[in-house]
Amino acid sequence: MHPFAYLAPTTVKEAVDVLTEYGDKARPLAGGTDLLVKARANVWDLDAVVDVKNIPELNTINFNSDGLTIGASVACCHIYENEKICNEYEGIVDGASIIGGIQIQSRAGLGGNLCNAAPSADGICPLIVNHAVATIEGPNGTREVSVDDFCTGPSRTILENGELLVNIFLPKPKENFGSAYTRFIPRNEMDIAVAAVAASVRLSSDKNTIEEAKIALASVGPTPIVAKEAADSLIGKTVSDEAIDKASSLAKDAATPITDMRGTVEQRKHLVEVLTRRMITKAIERARG
Amino acid sequence: MSSSKINKVQISTKINGQEYDLLIPPYMSLLDTLREIVGLTGTKEGCLDGNCGACTVNVDGRIVDSCLVLGPEVNGKDVNTVEGMATPEGLHPLQKAFLEEAALQCGICTPGFLVSAKGLLDNEPSPSEDRIRHWLAGNLCRCTGYDKIIKAVQKASK
Repeated sequence: MHPFAYLAPTTVKEAVDVLTEYGDKARPLAGGTDLLVKARANVWDLDAVVDVKNIPELNTINFNSDGLTIGASVACCHIYENEKICNEYEGIVDGASIIGGIQIQSRAGLGGNLCNAAPSADGICPLIVNHAVATIEGPNGTREVSVDDFCTGPSRTILENGELLVNIFLPKPKENFGSAYTRFIPRNEMDIAVAAVAASVRLSSDKNTIEEAKIALASVGPTPIVAKEAADSLIGKTVSDEAIDKASSLAKDAATPITDMRGTVEQRKHLVEVLTRRMITKAIERARG
Repeated sequence: MSSSKINKVQISTKINGQEYDLLIPPYMSLLDTLREIVGLTGTKEGCLDGNCGACTVNVDGRIVDSCLVLGPEVNGKDVNTVEGMATPEGLHPLQKAFLEEAALQCGICTPGFLVSAKGLLDNEPSPSEDRIRHWLAGNLCRCTGYDKIIKAVQKASK
């Protein structure tokens, strides 16, 4: 590994100061499961890693009346072992439970998954369909960005020099809300998505009409894709196979995959349609309780 | 910044119940810290990217791939490796079960499997077969196959 310094600030301000000072020669270290692999491969020319796990704001899970705030370095195991998160944010737990194996889940978290910005990230699409907002602190202050807009390309995000992801906020789910996420992989565990889909719905009080919907696709484009047309096609519709099929077909149209070692364009588009159908159905089941 | 000298860092950590004060390069992995600095070579290097689990150790009650942890990160933490499993009285029940079930051939994955399985049984003494298989998905074995390993873990379960 190329030699670098290890810095472990205890406040957001200190972290932002050192990240600003080092510029692209430093990276924040949360779980390290992507960072250390890339550092070893000399993807970056690092002079320092900035361990952010000693900063309280980045390391805590906090519920209040508005929703849930997950610190940017909270590991997946703390998400899926939290009973309240499991009850209220099922789609988030779907994603957090399948990132790597148990060893990876002890370290990797949704914040790092988001900042790593892999097109195949299992954590990002669930955040999108749960209307997540990222809080970023930087040399020019704080800003909030919808997770929809966070990734700009493979391994690329809207984070600018010196900026640090502090936490991810998830609004409290409304009544009759449900979300779900799944991926297709040829193995049962420990694999990278060939294609993946997250969906969320909010149903009317009689639980028969879809009032809100959101669909996001992974591994079928350079960034997670928000399939807005597909989701919008569900709004105002009575729950039916026809409505779900129509949205799934539109989600397939929104996918822009490539052919690579994991799958072909045709297979991935087909998978998006199938998985969207399943995830809308599952989100509806969960919304109905 | 690139011209600045990178100093070694001092860490205090407990490894298999024993306190250590170590001086290590800040970019050294926990795996290399254990093997090269402390001299505990039971933990094995495999893929170096978090796929194989050969380097699994336990940090503060959680299993991790030690190739993806920096040594300085375990300052103040409690690290347990395969060397900490047996006692002067004898092998750990998992180690005995691995021997009895012939759950290894070349053995390079075995320390990782043992530490992973211990992490499960410490919290869940009677896991189902599905649960064991899921828990051990982050450990790869390229010669025995998994059935004997699963059987051994079941044997050591209560």
